[in-house]
Amino acid sequence: MAIRERLSGNEAMAVAMKQINPDVVAAFPITPSTEVPQYFSTFVANGQVDTEFVPVESEHSAMSACIGAQAAGGRAMTATSANGLALMWECLYIAACSRLPIVLACVNRTLSGPLNIHNDHSDSMGARDSGWIQIYSENCQEAYDNMLMANRIGEHPDVLLPVMVCQDGFITSHAIENLDLVEDDKVKAFVGEYNPEEYLLNRENPIAVGPLDHFTHCFEHKRQQAQAMMDAKKVVIEVSAEFEKLTGRSYGLFEEYNAEGAEACVVVLNSTAGTAKYVADQYKAQGKKVAVFKPRLYRPFPVDEIAEVLAKYKAIAIMDKAESFNAAGGPLFTDFTSALYAKGVFGPKVINYIYGLGGRDVKTDDIEVVFNKTLEIAATGKVDTVFNYLGVRE
Amino acid sequence: MGKVVEIRWHGRGGQGAKTASLLLADAAFNTGKYIQGFPEYGPERMGAPITAYNRISDDKLSIHCNIYEPDYVVVVDDTLLTAVDVTSGLKESGALIINTTKTPEEIKPLLKGYKGKVCTVDARTISIETLGKYFPNTPMLGAVVKVSGVMGTKEFLDDMVGSFKHKFAKKPEVIEPNIKAIERAMQEVKGL
Repeated sequence: MAIRERLSGNEAMAVAMKQINPDVVAAFPITPSTEVPQYFSTFVANGQVDTEFVPVESEHSAMSACIGAQAAGGRAMTATSANGLALMWECLYIAACSRLPIVLACVNRTLSGPLNIHNDHSDSMGARDSGWIQIYSENCQEAYDNMLMANRIGEHPDVLLPVMVCQDGFITSHAIENLDLVEDDKVKAFVGEYNPEEYLLNRENPIAVGPLDHFTHCFEHKRQQAQAMMDAKKVVIEVSAEFEKLTGRSYGLFEEYNAEGAEACVVVLNSTAGTAKYVADQYKAQGKKVAVFKPRLYRPFPVDEIAEVLAKYKAIAIMDKAESFNAAGGPLFTDFTSALYAKGVFGPKVINYIYGLGGRDVKTDDIEVVFNKTLEIAATGKVDTVFNYLGVRE
Repeated sequence: MGKVVEIRWHGRGGQGAKTASLLLADAAFNTGKYIQGFPEYGPERMGAPITAYNRISDDKLSIHCNIYEPDYVVVVDDTLLTAVDVTSGLKESGALIINTTKTPEEIKPLLKGYKGKVCTVDARTISIETLGKYFPNTPMLGAVVKVSGVMGTKEFLDDMVGSFKHKFAKKPEVIEPNIKAIERAMQEVKGL
């Protein structure tokens, strides 16, 4: 029996970490992720976990400590947001190339500047090509579930990559919602023990981690790392299927909502996908069909599946809660249009909306603007502007 | 889809409006509802206006934006009337519930033409007389449950006893006064 609970998104992630009981958690506080290590440190103090909690002096050190712990043979986890993630930057790449399946709870917040504590995706979007697997979460339940699956995905022998589980700062991290928890013993059995084949503290098989890697081998190592990212997709599918058997909750590479008979589709991540589903239901009641496509696995980017599923639509609006400052659309827009083109899908008209930057609330009215435009394009086949901003004064 | 009850709280930093919204979410959760309780974070300082929200529903909630057309608005501090447009979007089928020594008739002219129900409760007096200190959020919680009817009085009170036992495990002497504060607010709220 699942445990009916109500927790904030941060509490949900911390409870997942408690149930996983990692060897090491190293973290430095930053809004809005602070509560994750805060709750976790109380679990440590209360003896509910036997984790070594390392209260470091910066996020650079937090990630460095996780790298050291994971390389030594332990299971390491951390949490951060915004500039904390930015300060981890060089270490993120080192964790990935060293093939260390660390798990990071990323509570999305606007990256400075300007200084802002609220939610957008500028922090994790900047890290999208750092070699970390990225999984996005719509609500507290998904934040919890994705944390429970993260270790299994990253630690799989075909993967061995770090995993970042993202949820929206404040909007879900500080919102109390209903969710179903899995019993401790079932989590323990599902997550399992971490038994790496090679690790620093193995006296029988001494290895080096992070040595100088010249042009003689560096390319091969990068190629292997790229292969691991390619192979991660099938592992995500397998682990999610196993998780569904355990909980009844179904997760794929993405979620397609209200797709049947729809010619218009809106692509949107995290909590705003929930609001879009709410509006899609209202539109459906009025006889207007708009599908909501919510990416879950963003790195690796499931090109084949996305192109196949999106090919049927006449019009697609890609919503980005991050500005790329490239005069060519947000990160999702670039990835999605690239996937469609690469797979020879030229049918759908595709437009981009940048929205919600710096925590600007995304109202149902805003979603309606996107839905109406997408329906109009589906009906007329005409696109006036590809690059659009939603809910900004100008 | 069943009906979703949406509540917006206006308070000042330090008065416990956020805590009250979370306690209400807790109580509604315990009666089997789907709930959301979330604050709108700004530059929080003691005394600065703050906003918090609740959604209470029989069905799963997927919407994740602030509440612009609430069924009920709770004003924890009547000095906010001149600082914040508290009735913005408030449904006339709903109600405004305010902590004040004034009567509903005295408050109505201050509300920019709001035609719906106005309920008043003197949470300050209730708080000082029951708790010995000014914690307006507990009586306001009682008032909003009474006015909105989102849950039955008895099941709410029973649940609050459980919550307070947990919350004040190290200060059991404050449980009864808190329950008393809620009961009094439920009895004394005017304008129903």
